[in-house]
Amino acid sequence: MNAQTGNWIAVGSLNDIPRRGARCIKNGEMTIAIFRTADDRLFALEDKCPHKNGPLSQGIIHDGCVTCPLHNWVISLETGKAQGADEGKTNAYTLKMDGDTILIDIGAVK
Amino acid sequence: MKKLVIIGNGMAPGRMLEELFDKDSQAYQVTIFNAEPRVNYNRLMLSPVLSGEKTYEDIITHDDDWYENHGVTLYKGVRIREIDKEAKTVTSETGIKASYDKLVFATGSNPFIIPLPGHDLDGVLTYRDLDDVERMIETSKDGGKAVVIGGGLLGLEAAAGLKAQGMDVTVLHLMPSLMERQLDSAAGYLLEKAFEDLGITVMTKANSQEIIGKNGKVSAIMLDDGTKIDCEIVVMAVGIRPSIELAKQAGLDTNRGILVSDDMLTDDNHIYALGECVEHRGQCYGLVAPLYEMASVIAENLLEGTATYEGSVTATKLKVTGIDLYSAGDFAEGEDREEIVLRDATSGVYKRLVLKDNRIIGAVLYGETSDGPWFFDLLKKKTDISGMRETLIFGQAYQGGTSLDPMAAVAALPDDAEICGCNGICKGAIVSAISGKGVSNLDDVRSHTKASASCGTCSGLVEQLLAVTLGERYNPAVVQPMCGCTDLGHGDVRRLIKAKQLKTIPALMQELEWKTSCGCAKCRPALNYYLVCDWPDEYADDYQSRFINERVHANIQKDGTYSVVPRMWGGMTSSKELRAIADVVDKYDIPAVKCTGGQRIDMLGIKKEDLPDVWADLGKAGFVSGQAYAKGLRTVKTCVGTDWCRFGTQDSTGLGIKLEKFMWGSWTPAKLKLAVSGCPRNCSEATCKDIGIICVDSGFEIHFAGAAGMDIKGTEILGQVETQEEVMEYVVALAQMYREQGFYLERIYKWARRIGIDEIRRQIMEETDKRRAYFDRFVFSQQLAQVDPWSERVSGKDKHEFNPLATLPLEAAQ
Repeated sequence: MNAQTGNWIAVGSLNDIPRRGARCIKNGEMTIAIFRTADDRLFALEDKCPHKNGPLSQGIIHDGCVTCPLHNWVISLETGKAQGADEGKTNAYTLKMDGDTILIDIGAVK
Repeated sequence: MKKLVIIGNGMAPGRMLEELFDKDSQAYQVTIFNAEPRVNYNRLMLSPVLSGEKTYEDIITHDDDWYENHGVTLYKGVRIREIDKEAKTVTSETGIKASYDKLVFATGSNPFIIPLPGHDLDGVLTYRDLDDVERMIETSKDGGKAVVIGGGLLGLEAAAGLKAQGMDVTVLHLMPSLMERQLDSAAGYLLEKAFEDLGITVMTKANSQEIIGKNGKVSAIMLDDGTKIDCEIVVMAVGIRPSIELAKQAGLDTNRGILVSDDMLTDDNHIYALGECVEHRGQCYGLVAPLYEMASVIAENLLEGTATYEGSVTATKLKVTGIDLYSAGDFAEGEDREEIVLRDATSGVYKRLVLKDNRIIGAVLYGETSDGPWFFDLLKKKTDISGMRETLIFGQAYQGGTSLDPMAAVAALPDDAEICGCNGICKGAIVSAISGKGVSNLDDVRSHTKASASCGTCSGLVEQLLAVTLGERYNPAVVQPMCGCTDLGHGDVRRLIKAKQLKTIPALMQELEWKTSCGCAKCRPALNYYLVCDWPDEYADDYQSRFINERVHANIQKDGTYSVVPRMWGGMTSSKELRAIADVVDKYDIPAVKCTGGQRIDMLGIKKEDLPDVWADLGKAGFVSGQAYAKGLRTVKTCVGTDWCRFGTQDSTGLGIKLEKFMWGSWTPAKLKLAVSGCPRNCSEATCKDIGIICVDSGFEIHFAGAAGMDIKGTEILGQVETQEEVMEYVVALAQMYREQGFYLERIYKWARRIGIDEIRRQIMEETDKRRAYFDRFVFSQQLAQVDPWSERVSGKDKHEFNPLATLPLEAAQ
């Protein structure tokens, strides 16, 4: 089901992901989390908190950030950077929409 | 001399002529055609005529002599039939023809008649002119019953007037609160109460369906819910419509009203329109102030002036004896708006100012309206009020002089001035608590006097009293905000959720002015809990605002796997259950199995995708979720009690199971762990639990507020009861009190420390009604809460939580 169009891979449609929620895509050993914000913006991060590898996809999503479920680090969905006093960064990927279809370019880490 | 013709003789043209004659009494020769057979009277004063406080003669503004003295030709009871704009003439139905240089339309408005079945029966009236009032007075001579449709300004005045004439009056209002266009709901409520006190029945949300007649006369009215109200007259006071038929017929531009530009001219350069028949910048007016402003503009422009009318902000005053009500401007709430509220429940005063950018944009005054015109003046002049903000609500009298000490106003209040309307606490009581009991902060005032402990709107005044009474010793406690999204603390938010009836997270964030667009991971789970707890049947649980454990009903572990703990009621299990667990462990290759401190079995290291299958297998063996992840009821630990133990005094196991089966599924501010021990040897360690029961020969000792985590604390004794049924009632009531008052993540011992052990004991042990009410609310909430989340998910709920969105082919990984 994963149509490959150049570097862009279709992974699902917008409505597969709940608002203020996330879904994962498996890429071999790696997991990428796709987040949908309250205002329907989409972001992709490696599903690994820079702190202790917590699954960010399981966190609470708010105002362009996700709070890690393990120790409450707050990670920017846009950049993957830890917010506030914490330091660290997780890989962020570029997404684009083709109609309702979500496409990811996993070759390009932001 | 130029000729001026006016169609209509209401208050607006009356005022226009006064101004015109003041400026130049020789400019025009004036002719008036009036469909009403009378001279000009003050329509605003119809209500006092109806109530018998005034007569028609009292309210005449311009009598026959006035018209004569000013050389005005007044045709009474004469309607205009047609207008010839080309020839500039008007012709009446009776054939009188008059030519004009300038024509003024002042045809006013017609009352709106709801086309209900029966609207044409004898006894269906409107409330518009003296004819209506005379009919009403006539009918009311024999007493009888009246129904007024419409709880707006006119309807209420009509109702009060009919009541004063001795009729039995019912007001039907379609909206939930009276005068909703002029008043906020709080003032609407006070007004409703005041009307009920006058002996007038007020029914809101009342939708009339049919007027029933007998022999062509009104006999009753039927509502859509089947209620039937007997009555001899029905007064429709549901609004007015600009009277524009004649203007339309003359070919003038009309919409809802006759369209005019800022100079009050219609699309014909020789024709003005004035008053209630006018639509200006999309607005039609039914109040007198705008009409007067228009009148003044036309008077000037008739004399070649260049005055413009720019629309009006209106103020409303209800003219019912004994009820003081004033409203002006715009008082809807909004993000960029602030409000100042003063309530005094004893004397029935309610004042609310709505501010935007330090300017008053709306005012509602109830009970004490003498400052209404002053506020209205500030509103119209857009005066910056930041300098007097602290004392603004107290009115003009407090503003004099140069020193604007906000304390002065509070200090000046008499001892019997009520500060907290919710709990009826006056200034004296608060001051004596402060000086007598050494109370020194807001929380203590709340616990000693209850002032500001309900809706909290008077917190500011209480704090000022603290400051006034304690002077420099007062050190305002800083409220710990819930999180960075708000300045409000948990207590404020919980109070406001109830006070403002906030039932969704977006509504709450809007009303309480959240600083972020969708909250954060600290506030959202708290808000979700508060709403679940406070509106169990109305609020839709927001799973995206729950922590992952509560969202997927398992406990996340450090490696992203989950652990699963099924319920074992009271810690009892069986070979069948154990076998099922063993099978699940083997089938899903679960790496670790452990006994928990709460007498259950924990399976650790389960992959998220496997969770629904694990639950399906556990469910087949009869297991439900142990909610080991929940801020909710966890375990009820028990000992074997009289079943086996030689020291046991009661059936502790049975009681524990009963409690667990009654309370499972309930959400609480933080986790809630119970235990029941069968004797004071206390093998189930009930004396360090959130709630613990110690069985004794004579009954049951109920303990609570223990801790054995980061803090270690023995329980407090709530009290002793004799039967298991009492244990259930008291424990459940205690849990509900904690549910309603606890801050999110605040364990029961911290809540108890904040509220006071004695207060909790008093409410649960001594106040039977309170206890039962808590119990009933818990039971109500449980009806909706006791759904096993595992079986729901086995059946497919939240499928998206457990499956990856996509698995990429390996070649795509590059």
